[in-house]
Amino acid sequence: MKRLSWLVPAFYIFFLMLPIYWLLNMSFKTTNEILGSFTLWPTNFTVENYVAIFTDPTWYNGYINSLAYVSINTVISISAALPAAYAFSRYRFLGDKHLFFWLLTNRMAPPAVFALPFFQLYSAMNLFDTYIAVALAHCLFNIPLAVWILEGFMSGVPKEIDETAYIDGYSFPRFFVKIFMPLIASGIGVAAFFCFMFSWVELLLAKTLTSVAAKPIAAVMTRTASTSGYELGLLAAAGALTIIPGAVVIYFVRNYIAKGFALGRV
Amino acid sequence: MNKTWNNGAWFMVLPVLALVAFNAVIPLMTVVNYSVQETFGNNIFFFEGVKWFEEVLHSERFHAALLRQLAFTGTILLIEIPLGVMIALTMPRQGPWVSVCLVLMALPLLIPWNVVGAIWNIFALPDIGLLGRSLNGMGFDYNYTHQPVAAWFTMILMDVWHWTSLVVLLAYAGLRSIPDAYYQAAKIDSASRWAVFRYIQLPKMKRVLTIAVLLRFMDSFMIYTEPFVLTGGGPGNSTTLLSIDLVKIALGQFDLGPAAAMSIIYFLIVLLLSWVFYTLTMRSEDQS
Repeated sequence: MKRLSWLVPAFYIFFLMLPIYWLLNMSFKTTNEILGSFTLWPTNFTVENYVAIFTDPTWYNGYINSLAYVSINTVISISAALPAAYAFSRYRFLGDKHLFFWLLTNRMAPPAVFALPFFQLYSAMNLFDTYIAVALAHCLFNIPLAVWILEGFMSGVPKEIDETAYIDGYSFPRFFVKIFMPLIASGIGVAAFFCFMFSWVELLLAKTLTSVAAKPIAAVMTRTASTSGYELGLLAAAGALTIIPGAVVIYFVRNYIAKGFALGRV
Repeated sequence: MNKTWNNGAWFMVLPVLALVAFNAVIPLMTVVNYSVQETFGNNIFFFEGVKWFEEVLHSERFHAALLRQLAFTGTILLIEIPLGVMIALTMPRQGPWVSVCLVLMALPLLIPWNVVGAIWNIFALPDIGLLGRSLNGMGFDYNYTHQPVAAWFTMILMDVWHWTSLVVLLAYAGLRSIPDAYYQAAKIDSASRWAVFRYIQLPKMKRVLTIAVLLRFMDSFMIYTEPFVLTGGGPGNSTTLLSIDLVKIALGQFDLGPAAAMSIIYFLIVLLLSWVFYTLTMRSEDQS
């Protein structure tokens, strides 16, 4: 039995790859082949669908927009969460536990609840359809998560290190940047990964807060699906391309991923 | 760790507080404001008290959506948690295959949610999708755009495909933290495979499994994009989960009052269930 146990993960990965394979398969077919016949691999192999995406600005701008607001969000979330997580991991202060719990409750707020008020709020501030609007809106669930992860990693660093640094004459900002941040580098990487992930995959808020200038790629896809009818090949190619940024990011953090998913709290 | 009492730490929390409060408190207040008012357009509002709350709590439509939501969340938890633990237990502990497994398994987690819906929409089509075609080829009458049962099956399979990896990665992280000495001791005692699982592995995974159940509970309760892209809530209303219904009311019919009241009830249900689960696990942890 022991020798056959590798079959379980192998079969699971096979199951995971099937729909992705089907998407790739479809993206290399012509529309006629997709609708006309059922083939397990493309018989008339074509990259036409990908060419169409890379030559049409409404398509490739979608990718630029998505990557732009995701990056801005990750930077804002991490830089705001770093000092807060330090405060939670090192100090007791008035209302700290309530504050921590309140932060986490925002992770539980269904985005569907906030869609309409967000639209009104960001319209009122003239931020509608800008990168910064989506980046700020995604802070709602990314900041609590980043604080939670970073706090876990920071609590793993002994307090004596802080005290020694102060005795050696380090000021707080210098200590934080020069000594403390390198110590929790993997934690920062993991938190950034999570912020990237949840901002990249979220669409309801991103779609509500944009119309043309900052429209995310995934929303461009829904538009195409409804207006130009049944261009499945194009849709499949666009979908396949949205997998790439995620795959690249996973590859970079693959060694921390196991610890990171436990939020540093094993 | 013994922490020092320092109210100055509030200054460090301030940026986070400002950002989250801006995003959470103002919209929440807007929702509360709508939930107690009636409008006939032209931005004229009348105070209605708790009328919308009573209406939502007594509406058949809300009960049906809530029931579907509970059924969905319950089913995916029952499948994903045991399956995820099983896969984590059988994964290689070291060697080059570990990275390969982790990277491939994490892949579905990083696909935008509407692309997940689109992938499954294509994959399950009865005429040109691999899944639909194979099922029909095997003699099942399967068409998820017409049959509620097939739609539910597809929706649950999609969620298992999408999120089981999260449970696997969490459980795997818990397993990795067990020192080898524990296993050696168990071997000396000639403990059975079950005993090793029950008394060594399960207790070590408890914390991460709590996180896994909480995250999966919250996220599956809030799920919107994937089932919406897959089935659009149909056929009929058979896969209309809570947030799909909410968006229909708020943005489709523009009934702001009922939608706002429903939002608040919805949010409170998520909070309450999370809190109950959290306290229960914490209490059992204290006892053991």
